[in-house]
Amino acid sequence: MAAKTTSDPTVRPAPHPTDLTAAFWAATTEGRFLIQRCTRCNAAIFYPRVNCTECGSTELVDEDASGRGTVYTFTVARRPTHRAWAETGPYVIAIVELAEGPHVTTNIVECDPDDVRIGMPVEVCFAPEADGVALPLFRPTG
Amino acid sequence: MAMRGRGAVVGVGELKPTRETPGETTLSLMAKAGLAAIDDAGLSFSDIDGMVCHPIGGVSMLTPSTVSELMGLKLNFAEVVDLGGATGAGMIWRAVAAIEAGMCQAVVCITGSSRRPRTPRAGGAKTAGGWSMPDRSAFSEFEVPYGNVGANVGYAMIANRYLHEYGATPEQLAKVAVHQRDNANQNPDAIFYGQPITVDDVLSSPMIADPLHMLEIVMPAGGAAALVVVGPELAQKLPNRPAWLLGAGEQVTHKTITYAPSLTDTAIQASARRAFDQAGVNPAQIGLASVYDCYTITVLLTLEDSGFTPKGTGGRFIEEHDMRWNGDFPVNTHGGQLSFGQPGIAGGMSHVTEAVRQIQGRAGARQVPDLELAFVNGNGGILSEQVSLIFGTER
Ligand SMILES: [Zn+2]
Repeated sequence: MAAKTTSDPTVRPAPHPTDLTAAFWAATTEGRFLIQRCTRCNAAIFYPRVNCTECGSTELVDEDASGRGTVYTFTVARRPTHRAWAETGPYVIAIVELAEGPHVTTNIVECDPDDVRIGMPVEVCFAPEADGVALPLFRPTG
Repeated sequence: MAMRGRGAVVGVGELKPTRETPGETTLSLMAKAGLAAIDDAGLSFSDIDGMVCHPIGGVSMLTPSTVSELMGLKLNFAEVVDLGGATGAGMIWRAVAAIEAGMCQAVVCITGSSRRPRTPRAGGAKTAGGWSMPDRSAFSEFEVPYGNVGANVGYAMIANRYLHEYGATPEQLAKVAVHQRDNANQNPDAIFYGQPITVDDVLSSPMIADPLHMLEIVMPAGGAAALVVVGPELAQKLPNRPAWLLGAGEQVTHKTITYAPSLTDTAIQASARRAFDQAGVNPAQIGLASVYDCYTITVLLTLEDSGFTPKGTGGRFIEEHDMRWNGDFPVNTHGGQLSFGQPGIAGGMSHVTEAVRQIQGRAGARQVPDLELAFVNGNGGILSEQVSLIFGTER
């Protein structure tokens, strides 16, 4: 049986890296979540940018994030927002505030959707995708 | 005082929203609304020398010339505005600015959208990020894979964060939908005309994305709306009472809500402040708030961030005020998009057309008595693009 690809409607649409984001997605396959750090003003930045969104400096360096954060806000999608979730039942779409500061969109997994709360501590985990990347998801901190 | 009295809206053309628009294209609907607005202004076709439109699916570029060619307009000023739900409001101040700069004398601002039956479960998400294109929004990589597609989940996350920080009751939010439906019942052009609802109806409608119920979510439709903007000299010669633009403000900070500076202190604060400063008036003087209402939470946040009530008090403000056309604080007297319908970009424009009609004294059964000043807010994306306008009866 052929491996599932993102043209299969039951598979979530995978990210397709650009030149700007290639390093971020490559790191996900090693279980690492990269952010950028501004060497001028020390701002932490996600997703990968050309310049610091706080001070405009282009002197940004990649840094391994802790992978820990808290749920900043979330919703339980009771109706599928994409056909990949058509048969899954309700699922949680959330914005997680990383310990380093940036906000990241994700799904909260390994948790009943009705148990998710704002402020809940979470940690990153990675779901391998068909297209050579791993998708960062978050689960309650054990 | 940059904008005050430099131009006015003098003509309105708006098609009744419908669930589907068989036999029509977006371009044909836009042409019809544009012609209706020109006619309503008391102008002839050849008087129009400026046109503002918005991006149209299937017209990848050269959009203004596509519309001018279709309609036969000869333009000194041809512009496209791409601010989502704030597009209609954004068109108006740009038209006034172009007239003030001496580029043209009469500008038609046109919005519209055709609508075909949707195939079940097709969704827009497969191509939502446009990932086959070499340059694309980060949305395709960092939102779409998580199902953060469409507006419902974004506004649901905003609402949950607001409820966490400040609190509001489900009944307070539902009242927005109920009073706007009461307003729609005075507007035969509203898609939900003649279908009153109660707070219980709203709260017992299905939960779509927590905490948003179905009746707190705008319904897509087809339709079109256009307005004619002219300068002071011409405005005073035309048959309709001018709806003078007194102030305008605009603020854009992000596309995806994940990267917004705040989920609860919105860009509306900056756009509204500039509009009020330019107009030289304050929120207490406003007699009509015609504000973007894709969701009930959008209205609550807009009322706070425009300065009608302090941050955190929106729920109580809604509870304490009557938002109907004959109430003490009229909001979205046409029914809002929640009850008028959302014909694409023309949905955002409907807040402008309603404010103009009310200022002109042409709102019929839902006319706000003795109205002198109206506030409009257009909101694009997920609280992404904001344009605020203030209209008055006096220059
Ligand atoms: Zn910096």
